[in-house]
Amino acid sequence: MSVVFEKTNMLTDKPFHYCPGCNHGIIHRLVAESLDELIKEGKLEAGNLIGVAPVGCSVFAYQYFNCDMYEAAHGRAPAVATGIKRAKPDTLVFTYQGDGDLASIGTAEVVHAAHRGEKIVTIFVNNAIYGMTGGQMAPTTLVGQKTTTSPYGRDEAWCGAPIKMSEMLAQVPGSYYIERCAVNNNANIIKTKKAIKKAFEYQLEGKGYCMIEVLSTCPTNWGLSPVEAMKWLEENMIPYYPLGVYKDKGAAEK
Amino acid sequence: MALTLMKGSEAIAEAAIRAGARFFFGYPITPQTEIPEYMSARMPEIGGCYLQAESEVAAINMVYGAAGTGARVITSSSSPGVSLKQEGISYCAGARLPAVILNVMRGGPGLGSIQASQGDYFQGVKGGGNGDYHLITYAPSSIQEAINIMMFAYDKAEKYRVPVLFLADGIMAQMMEPVEMPEMVEYHVDPEKKPWAATGWKPGDDPKLRAEINSLFINTEELSEHNDVLQATYREIEKNEVLFEEYKAEDAEILITAFGTVARVAKSAIDELRAEGYKVGLFRPITVWPYPYKQLRAAADREGVKALLDVECNEGQMLEDVKLAIEGSKPVDFFGHCGSQMPTTQEIIDKVHAMKEGK
Repeated sequence: MSVVFEKTNMLTDKPFHYCPGCNHGIIHRLVAESLDELIKEGKLEAGNLIGVAPVGCSVFAYQYFNCDMYEAAHGRAPAVATGIKRAKPDTLVFTYQGDGDLASIGTAEVVHAAHRGEKIVTIFVNNAIYGMTGGQMAPTTLVGQKTTTSPYGRDEAWCGAPIKMSEMLAQVPGSYYIERCAVNNNANIIKTKKAIKKAFEYQLEGKGYCMIEVLSTCPTNWGLSPVEAMKWLEENMIPYYPLGVYKDKGAAEK
Repeated sequence: MALTLMKGSEAIAEAAIRAGARFFFGYPITPQTEIPEYMSARMPEIGGCYLQAESEVAAINMVYGAAGTGARVITSSSSPGVSLKQEGISYCAGARLPAVILNVMRGGPGLGSIQASQGDYFQGVKGGGNGDYHLITYAPSSIQEAINIMMFAYDKAEKYRVPVLFLADGIMAQMMEPVEMPEMVEYHVDPEKKPWAATGWKPGDDPKLRAEINSLFINTEELSEHNDVLQATYREIEKNEVLFEEYKAEDAEILITAFGTVARVAKSAIDELRAEGYKVGLFRPITVWPYPYKQLRAAADREGVKALLDVECNEGQMLEDVKLAIEGSKPVDFFGHCGSQMPTTQEIIDKVHAMKEGK
């Protein structure tokens, strides 16, 4: 009997703790499958990769990816990854971070990692809310969006407009490849995986800083069913956070 | 071996390199900027890495990253910068990562001054970051002593998997002294000796050896077990690693306690007081954590000792440990000041005179 489908080798057997309908599971899988494929294609040596987990909903990612892993302090994953990459320049290094981690407390670390052109990949999962702490306003929370700390809806005059990390990091000279994706339908899931894999390939080629932003739902804290949450993402998040390639020095060089 | 006249900051930096440090992450701050400056020139010469971080916060997290691969890593800063590093230091302690952190202390609180101080004693030995942890904390009082300690600091950090802190002060970094520089240690990461490090685990290998450089233990029982391991390690260090020096303490009636640069000022005062006929001696902790409680108690318990005098370049921080060691058995007096003004030889002499006169 031929195997037509199996669990990727790059995830451990540890059951995910994520809420039903959360997109982290899909995104973990895309990251793991990309790494597994690169190993099978002979582009990446098994064992020659290290991941860095954040603080936030994906805090336990260090238990899920089947390679050497770090758990970083809140927002510091790009600095930790910098230390790893400088110590092991031939090792593939990636960070996996949420929007509170990357776009709020960790802005200095991610901007400067990109600025230095660190040869690392960041998977940035943006669900417009602080999930782990129970649904507080994030820097990426949309104007008018209600959270437990913006109970009347985010007021732009009071706390600013949502931050657009892909647009921002694309402006940094040291960044190499920045793309925003979503996993709201099959076509976009395929696009997201291609983007993630391309970012890893760029790193293996010795190129600079790459970030793949993936828009994600948080049904639990948005107070919506998984299906409603996907619809909300399409109607509200994608218009404000347009999908697409924001920078691709590799494509420009070709 | 020939003596070389070297500036403290450069000598300590070179000693770290001789001890096998190949990764330096830091950020400029007076009065320790000569350390990153030296490292930025020296590391490329020996195939090492100097990287200027965007902040002290980032620098200590780069240390966390590099140390997790088993490499010998160092960062340096001065008081306000070391405050910023406390988050990462606590994570290094929690994840049991060996590393060396230099604090060239300057005046505080806040921006304070750029002159020498001992105001970070509490921060260094009582735990500046969150949680129940300790750093093996050395307070050298000469450049040569700092070099000598550096040559075994990584061995200690790696043996116990506890970060090492050097509490130096601005004078130590800025002054020049003739020193003997040890030979270069060739250090290579041995995955067998550091099974916890991220050294290339792959699926199919023993799952227990997959690196998880981590300080999170969400299950309370696991966190408790983790802390038990840390505490057992600290008890071992307390048993094995205490260092101290006594100077003319055998027959002393007044026993001065001091650490770092201040201890050298105290030695000068003791020599002058001895010439005047006063029996004064010094007890100097070299490790301020683990603190030499028992050894200080034994020194103070000597029959001739009438009182102790703690001298510091702060308002009396180590004083609390001196009192803990003495447990009220002898009177303990204090002299010191903040504002980055080193106590002078004359001030210590005057203080001893005043004590003798019962003032």
